[in-house]
Amino acid sequence: MIEIEGITKRYDATTVVDDVSMVIEPRTVCVIVGTSGSGKTTLLRMINRLVEPTSGIIKLDGADNRSLPGYELRRSIGYAIQGHGLFPHRTVAQNIATVPVLLGWDKVRIKARVDELMTLYQLDPEAFGPRYPHELSGGQQQRVGVARALAAEPNVLLMDEPFGALDPIIRTKAQEDLLAIQKRFGTTIILVTHDMEEAVHMGDKIAVMDAGKLVQYARPAEILAKPASAFVETLVGASERPFRLLSLGRVRDAVEKGSAEGEAIPGDASQRDALAELLWSGRPALPVKGADGKPLGRVTVDGLVKRAARPA
Amino acid sequence: MNIRFDKLGVVIAAISAYAAFAAPFATFRANRIVPGQARSILEALPATIGALLLAIIVVAALIALFRTPLVLRLAASVVALAALALLVGVAGTFLTPAGNTFARVSPASGFWILIFAFTLLLADVLTRLNLSPWGRVGVLVAASAAIGLLLISGSWNDLSILKEYANRADSFWAEGSKHVTLALGSLAAAVIVGLPLGILCHRVERLRAGVLNVLNIIQTIPSIALFGLLIAPLGWVATHVPGAAALGIRGVGTAPAFVALFLYSLLPVVANTVVGLAGVPRAANDAARGMGMTDRQRLFGVEFPLAFPVILTGIRIVLVQNIGLATIAALIGGGGFGVFVFQGVGQTAMDLVLLGAVPTVALAFAAAIILDAVIEMTATKRRVETA
Ligand SMILES: Nc1ncnc2c1ncn2[C@@H]1O[C@H](COP(=O)(O)OP(=O)(O)OP(=O)(O)O)[C@@H](O)[C@H]1O
Ligand SMILES: [Mg+2]
Repeated sequence: MIEIEGITKRYDATTVVDDVSMVIEPRTVCVIVGTSGSGKTTLLRMINRLVEPTSGIIKLDGADNRSLPGYELRRSIGYAIQGHGLFPHRTVAQNIATVPVLLGWDKVRIKARVDELMTLYQLDPEAFGPRYPHELSGGQQQRVGVARALAAEPNVLLMDEPFGALDPIIRTKAQEDLLAIQKRFGTTIILVTHDMEEAVHMGDKIAVMDAGKLVQYARPAEILAKPASAFVETLVGASERPFRLLSLGRVRDAVEKGSAEGEAIPGDASQRDALAELLWSGRPALPVKGADGKPLGRVTVDGLVKRAARPA
Repeated sequence: MNIRFDKLGVVIAAISAYAAFAAPFATFRANRIVPGQARSILEALPATIGALLLAIIVVAALIALFRTPLVLRLAASVVALAALALLVGVAGTFLTPAGNTFARVSPASGFWILIFAFTLLLADVLTRLNLSPWGRVGVLVAASAAIGLLLISGSWNDLSILKEYANRADSFWAEGSKHVTLALGSLAAAVIVGLPLGILCHRVERLRAGVLNVLNIIQTIPSIALFGLLIAPLGWVATHVPGAAALGIRGVGTAPAFVALFLYSLLPVVANTVVGLAGVPRAANDAARGMGMTDRQRLFGVEFPLAFPVILTGIRIVLVQNIGLATIAALIGGGGFGVFVFQGVGQTAMDLVLLGAVPTVALAFAAAIILDAVIEMTATKRRVETA
């Protein structure tokens, strides 16, 4: 659990983060969104004390984050820096091994961990391990940056726009992988992004920042349904709202009785995908199948349209 | 046929034509201090050999003049340089009357200009060949080996500079090792003091301007004046600090020369350390802290390796500068090749001046090539940040 209590950061006269309080439940993903310069990175860096707050406290599992020396605290918290920040003089493998080396892991364990992460991020350890960062594409560099943050299996992971340079296909894959890792190890993740789609998809909760203030902190459905201010509404993208809302739900939860013609859609696809398929194929209904392939019923355009409407 | 000129080749051809036909190839003197008489190539060498040398120069100059393949240009420059080096020795033997130990034959302006012209051609070819760092060191080793062979073979023994050497063989090597010790020792001291000072200046901003200004001022003090300024304090140290005199610290001699070279070396080392550390990408520093490195780990693991090529450039400047400056040490009894230079100036014996100057220049040149190669090797391995 991460408890942020009345955190403020001022540089001279300008307040960059203004009295932010929030609680991030353990084993959840908290996504921070906001315009450029709204203080997202600064807030993130106060958690691992790369930036010391002007006032307020941050507690990790009940303990003040100032109770450890800064460097020890930071070894226990994964950090994927904005714009990757790889060490240009170290190979990809050495970069990923940074924190395990600092923690004094033995060589065999480090090698195994590096290979595991590189394979996970589709970078062949043989081919990419000995390369230097400048020999990688921007997207590959970013994946190495994320792998480095994950290397020591931290309980808390801070990620500053980690997927910005990835193409949509690899980005979706990276998001799924991250969620899988998060589920498996129960990691608490705080992720900064500019991509509302990503925020709605990844976040258990979304924190919206504006000019240093936390203007709304709620579950994605609530942010979409009840934006706290005109600013949040704009940020969420009013015209995209119904689709984003649908993307939160699974087809399984929208099944109606009856049957329909044509190719069945899996129950755990998103409702948004189902609506898209219905509209595209011009059909009024689609059959739904379970994970075992058995028919569950059908989804209809009418049913989905009702679900996309603003909740009461 | 479309004949095209090479730009640099035009210059090379022009100056070698002047040097071969209008300038003296060798100087003959009845003894080491009387004014000399100029001898052209044809006068300085047996007739056939002289004609052969002229032919080689003309052909090589023509190859340089036109746009020709690199291999041909390489061959032309190497053959011309080898012929010049060999035949200047022959000229020495040819011009010295048999049994006369007072006569002096030395290479004259024409010879030096030709060497310059074809070295230029060689350097141009080597640059265009884009040699790897190891390749350049290899060329240096090959050239040194060739010169060494010529020296050992005795084919230059009738040249004046080697006659001066023969009279001073023992002191030549003693002064030479003093020269190198002085240059390298003061460099080592400057690195030992300058690196930490540079790191301190990088970390403590208030210190930076002050330290660099002081070092800048030191750099502008003429060396003779600096020696003078050091005599009093070092003399005081020698008489008042126990054991200092036993270490060889005195107002004159090696100690002030060492201290002066050390002081001159500090600025390049400190300034390049500061610049190198300042050039470390902010993201790399940030990541180092974010990953949980301590300040020490960050300094040695990230900042220092990334700043290394720049720091090395500072060390290169210092080494070349020190090899040259160490010549001045002889003025206050510090020894080194400068001893021959100043003796030679005193006796108006140019050959003796050369005996001091030529090895100094050769050392500086070799040091520059080797360190440049090292810098390039470290820089390519630790390529700078792209993002
Ligand atoms: N060290 C600093 N000194 C002074 N001002 C700073 C410093 N670091 C950040 N700021 C300012 O604080 C504000 C917030 O910066 P921050 O990096 O937290 O923004 P951000 O929300 O992460 O923006 P982006 O989306 O562009 O990354 C900016 O106006 C920035 O200029
Ligand atoms: Mg940011």
